[in-house]
Amino acid sequence: MTTEGDTGVEVQKETEKSDEQPASPSHQQSPQSTSSSLENREERADSSGDQHQDTEAQSPPQGGGSPAGTPPSSKSSPSSDKKERNPSGGKGISRFLPSWRKKQRSQSQTSEEDAGKEEPAPVKEEETTADKDQNVKLEEEVVKSEEPKEEVDKQEKHSVSGSEAQPAREDGKEEKSDEKATDIKEDKVDSDEKIEPEEAKRETKEVQTVHTRMEKSPKKTPKKVKTVPCRVVLLDGTEYPCEIEKRSKGQVLFDKVCAHLNLLEKDYFGLTYRDSTDQKNWLDLIKDIKKQIRNYPWQFAFNVKFYPPDPSQLTEDITRYLLCLQLRQDIASGRLPCSFVTHALLGSYTLQAELGDYSADDQRLESISEFQFAPNQTKELEDKIMELHKTHRGLTPAMADSQFLENAKKLSMYGVDLHHAKDSEAVDIMLGVCANGLLIYKDRLRINRFAWPKILKISYKRSNFYIKIRPGETEHFESTIGFKLPSHRAAKRLWKVCVEHHTFFRLLSPEQPPKAKFLTLGSKFRYSGRTQAQTRQASTLIDRPAPYFERTSSKRISRSLDGPPELSAADEDLIRDSTFDQPVSVNEVKPSASEPVLRDEKRSEELLSQPPELELHKETKSLPIYQLSPSLTALNHTLNLPTIPEMDTLSDISDEDPFLHGDLEQTALQHWEFSTDEHHINNMPGVLNMSVIPLTSFVPAVSLTKQSASTVGASQSTVVQSIKEIKLTFSLSGFFRCFPSKFPSVLDEDGYISFPSLPEEWLAFLPPHLQHHIPITSPSLIPSFLLIFVLLLSASQSVPFSLVMSFPLALSLCYLEPKSGSLSIICDSDRKDKAQEEEVLEEQGDVVTAAAAESNTAETKEEEHSRQEKDFDKIQEDALKHQASISELKRSFMESTPAPRPNEWEKRLNQPLSQQTHGNIADQAEETTTGSADNIVKISDENQKPEVKKKAEDLPLETVVNVETEGMPKLIPGGEKEVKQLAPQGEVCGRKDSTSSSDSSNESEGEEGGEYHTQTKLAENTIKEEEENEDMTQNEEPGKSPRTDTIQGTRAILVNSENVLNKELVFQNEVQEKMEDLMDKQVKKTEQHQKEEHPQVNGVMLHHETDDSIHIIQYTEPPVVKTEMVTISDASQKNEIATKEVPILHTETKTITYEAAETDGGGDNEPAMLLSAQTITSESISTTTTTHITKTVKGGISETRIEKRIVITGDADIDHDEALAQAIKEAKEQHPDMSVTRVVVHKETELTEEGED
Amino acid sequence: MAAITSSSFGHYSHAIVRGIPASLPAAALRIENQGEVNLENARREHAVYVETLKKLGLHVHELAADEQFPDCVFVEDAAVVVGGTALITRPGAPSRRKEVEVVKSVLEDLHLNVVEMQDESATLDGGDVLFTGKEIFVGMSKRTNQRGAEILADTFKDYAVSKIPVTDRLHLKTICGAAGPNVIVIGTGEAPQKVLKTMQQMSDYRYEKLTVPDDVAANCIYFNIPGKGNVLIHCAQEEFPESAKVFQKLKDYTLIPVPNSELAKVDGGLTCLSILINKSTEI
Repeated sequence: MTTEGDTGVEVQKETEKSDEQPASPSHQQSPQSTSSSLENREERADSSGDQHQDTEAQSPPQGGGSPAGTPPSSKSSPSSDKKERNPSGGKGISRFLPSWRKKQRSQSQTSEEDAGKEEPAPVKEEETTADKDQNVKLEEEVVKSEEPKEEVDKQEKHSVSGSEAQPAREDGKEEKSDEKATDIKEDKVDSDEKIEPEEAKRETKEVQTVHTRMEKSPKKTPKKVKTVPCRVVLLDGTEYPCEIEKRSKGQVLFDKVCAHLNLLEKDYFGLTYRDSTDQKNWLDLIKDIKKQIRNYPWQFAFNVKFYPPDPSQLTEDITRYLLCLQLRQDIASGRLPCSFVTHALLGSYTLQAELGDYSADDQRLESISEFQFAPNQTKELEDKIMELHKTHRGLTPAMADSQFLENAKKLSMYGVDLHHAKDSEAVDIMLGVCANGLLIYKDRLRINRFAWPKILKISYKRSNFYIKIRPGETEHFESTIGFKLPSHRAAKRLWKVCVEHHTFFRLLSPEQPPKAKFLTLGSKFRYSGRTQAQTRQASTLIDRPAPYFERTSSKRISRSLDGPPELSAADEDLIRDSTFDQPVSVNEVKPSASEPVLRDEKRSEELLSQPPELELHKETKSLPIYQLSPSLTALNHTLNLPTIPEMDTLSDISDEDPFLHGDLEQTALQHWEFSTDEHHINNMPGVLNMSVIPLTSFVPAVSLTKQSASTVGASQSTVVQSIKEIKLTFSLSGFFRCFPSKFPSVLDEDGYISFPSLPEEWLAFLPPHLQHHIPITSPSLIPSFLLIFVLLLSASQSVPFSLVMSFPLALSLCYLEPKSGSLSIICDSDRKDKAQEEEVLEEQGDVVTAAAAESNTAETKEEEHSRQEKDFDKIQEDALKHQASISELKRSFMESTPAPRPNEWEKRLNQPLSQQTHGNIADQAEETTTGSADNIVKISDENQKPEVKKKAEDLPLETVVNVETEGMPKLIPGGEKEVKQLAPQGEVCGRKDSTSSSDSSNESEGEEGGEYHTQTKLAENTIKEEEENEDMTQNEEPGKSPRTDTIQGTRAILVNSENVLNKELVFQNEVQEKMEDLMDKQVKKTEQHQKEEHPQVNGVMLHHETDDSIHIIQYTEPPVVKTEMVTISDASQKNEIATKEVPILHTETKTITYEAAETDGGGDNEPAMLLSAQTITSESISTTTTTHITKTVKGGISETRIEKRIVITGDADIDHDEALAQAIKEAKEQHPDMSVTRVVVHKETELTEEGED
Repeated sequence: MAAITSSSFGHYSHAIVRGIPASLPAAALRIENQGEVNLENARREHAVYVETLKKLGLHVHELAADEQFPDCVFVEDAAVVVGGTALITRPGAPSRRKEVEVVKSVLEDLHLNVVEMQDESATLDGGDVLFTGKEIFVGMSKRTNQRGAEILADTFKDYAVSKIPVTDRLHLKTICGAAGPNVIVIGTGEAPQKVLKTMQQMSDYRYEKLTVPDDVAANCIYFNIPGKGNVLIHCAQEEFPESAKVFQKLKDYTLIPVPNSELAKVDGGLTCLSILINKSTEI
């Protein structure tokens, strides 16, 4: 304990130091300036992030207190690294939590009631200790005073990062100091308790780090700008170096480059960068650069993005000149293939443009061979070029360029962006995106072509790319064609290129309903720039004398003896491998002097580990797929839209979220991304309508929805709405985003974990007749396997058992996943498969009618599994028996459905679904209750099968799934336990029964998951994401009693996986029976959980009322402490109930919470708008990391909150403290501009004595 | 030069033709028996054909018939010439493989960029290659396979080469033809219509279509002769009166009906009888 005392002191010191250090710059401002103008505050807010970084960078010289430059993170790192080794649990940890208030709770066995009680306790403590801390806080207050009055999140800001704005509200101060005092006090207690259980075999730690970052408010420009050196390789091969603010959007850089080039018609151009796999990507101009390019140095290439089909229509010569340069590059690299004759002709124009008239000058003759005209240049070609050059006498450079373009544009591959792919028979093909549509090549041979009008929808799912084809005169059905891309990223890249090309060339203007315009800009998945039509119109307004520009010789790109010019190396590479990738010269740029190398590396790591937040949702694309305008030739019963039918999605958002239109750029962007999903969902109705109702003009999605409702039937529209609602809820939930930097390689662009799939060759190990039925090559297999293995292992403690069990389970899990493209298609239902591929509901009528058929197929399929898994079923049924009480059930349901003024969310969710359900489910008496359950079920099903359509059809299946799920806990009791421990703050779920918890999880999963999945089509990610969703939902929407029950993140994982498994496994019973079972479960659950939930609910309810109308859900962060308590107690119970088969683990749990500032609790009155939420989960055998990233806007300032949950499972030989310290360190490094506001350590120890079976 | 420019479509300076071997009536390949070929008449008709080419100002290389190759009169199948590049084909019928040798030497003499099909698995008949002036369609018939089409596409990089499935007919050009830079002549039969649909889907360009009631009559040869403008060699009125009338709808064309009744019996069309080369505009 002495050590503890030390620790405590140390921590305090550190805190003070850190406070002082960062605070110093801001000292000039008077502490009393609390009343300072809005502007000041905003300034503060804006610059806080930057300042923080600056401070970090500068700190080494300042040097004083903290060994490392980085305030929060590095502080802990150097010195603490050593200390981390310290075996005693508490100390190590506390060091890393410098100025935080620390709360410690240890409980051997916590009961539900305890959990309930826990909440009030901390408050009391705070009050009593209020004054003690004042001294320490002085510094902080100074800083704080300048801060805008921010709600919960800001309060949580870490005081250590002095440069970072502390919440400066007058009222907030007091509270803060109070809490601080509490911290100190508790600190000591903390350490005492920590030491206790060392015998533990297994420890679970939960680290929650909450980072708050104040993001720029739109009005303000930060005083200090962190700039990053950029290099842009221009088309003439020169490099344009510039400094760009780190947080700049791509547009800033692009504009800079265009200004440098004196280019006005810039819409045809873009910037490319190479990603980690060396693939060329287009820089999204409306997104932050740093979110796109993950590796330093920032190296870009300026390129033509849209090749104008008729270059003569370009207004300015300089534009044509740049296009020529691009084409010369393309030709020389082989990307634009052409015949010998054409090479010669184009080369001759190049000479004419660059050298002028031919003259028999020896020197010049010599120099011609320095030009590169063709990938394989021969003397013969050069001779031919010279010969032709003679014939161009008199042509001005501009004329020569024009001639060059006139000939180049006729080349068949002009402006075709090629992508490698495989067709359904695994034949290598190329997909070419061009102005007119999508071209399909086998080698050079065009084997198919889909003009834009012919394409109804473009989507991608995982590494599959789909186009839905409008039915021709002869066919009556739309057909969907799938292609297999080399990777998910490739598929996404292709999809984006398609979207952009379609918009640019085919539409008159990007879909931008006035309201949504802002949003449109924010969407990464829409082309946000001007269309060709617009840019042509705009360029007619260009009124300037033709700018002078110097034509640099293309010799620059030639093979000169002096050594390869910058581009040549890359070009040669290209030529060598004869791929069509665009050459990009990748030059190493040294880190700028201002930024030490170390720092650089860290940053890049950060970038790597920091997936773009919105992207997650974006994956949804499947839904959003374009509606393409009808072709003139094709039958159009559907739409008479001239050009622009497709992008309805955008409009939706605007309608729903008036906020967005507001001021904050960044906010809006983020929100947009997040909301895109909603759009997609919303879109679905819109799409439906479109097919039914001819639209003369583009109608915002919302209106579409309405129309569809009227035409198609109220039930349908409601369904859609409910989906939407679900999405919102889901979004509410906090999400995470940061990934341990170790994992960048498995992270794909969107932050998804991408696991390699087993090679196809593995199929060979299977008997041929099984090859098509066992998804051994499914990309989801490995992650599924790992997940299941970990869960089983933690439950059973038996490696062999886990290994044996997890593989078949993983396989069956994969079996259920949507089949795609080249993946094997399961025999039983073509229809189902097809449906899975399609993401947008197209014909509502079908849904209803098809439902029956679908369910049949599904059941058949499932039965196969059920045979194998009967055992599980039995177990589950047993579990069910334990529970019951119909009254409870009713109660819970009643609350959600008929409540006088239920959340809109709930309302929609429940009602529409129930309506739909009616047809399928005979039992009307239970409709209300059942309905909601059904809804949930459906949705959850959808998670796995993205298509919304299928909900109705899947209903029966889904129900079954729910029932089954209960059984799972028994199988994996240990796993659940751990999961519970992990349970994040704020989540109040009582987990008394494994069964009950699983139920609740199912429900919640159902709600959010459905949409989520729909949005996210990646099966791999699905499971993990689902969990997150659940978490979030619970937090935000405790109001919905039964579902709200709360599912902890970790547990959610378990549950999810279970769900999937269960689905496969169990399907014997009839739907109705299952429904009943479900209800039973819910009853139990409700009972148990209600008590616990109450506190949370209260806090949250406020927000609900406020925001419901707007559809924007406020994000409240529930108090951390409660959750943990609950968790512990449940575990034991669960185990008991669970099964005899599974070893019962007796555990001791301890929870320690460190908080920087006070927790928001329910006290946050100011509504925050949730802009985006993201969840990322990574796992290794011993650790599970779940990251929630939530962006909210409050009072015009956006905040990013990152919650990272790390579950460490393992034996005592793992140094948990070190791991924890490492995690904190990483978190800080990854987000240097954020502060760690809270660390919760939850340790669950298994008592040896108790023994297991 | 303007190998790529469609304006040069129909410009020809040279033609290669080959005589009719006596073995043709008996041994020439045919899809179905359409009657005995009268060698005399066939040669007479062929003479008219050659004469027509000469009148149009082309330098006609008349190759002697080779009795070993009953089908050798159909020189078109032996090579595809577009712009300055000639692709020596690998005919789908094994009996015709060696026909290409003579043709190849002539093309080389003309200093064309001669490309040979090296791939033993590839087959391609020139009759399956329809060049519209802007792009190339290659019929996937019994005589032409995927590999052959790929090589074709790789040879003529400037142009989009799109594959068109052809069923029930010998060659793509048996049932269609190009009557101008933007005009495609097509039969009314099921097969031609299917082909037309495919071509429409595959093409980036818009064409006018000229539909002739007789499928085989769609085979025609378009010239753009300086001083004469659009010239079209098409079927004779005696053979296909209705189709011949349709051709008369073309405005500003010089229409030259050429009889082809005999060789048609062995699936020979007008285009089959010659390889047309544009040397003058070639670089």
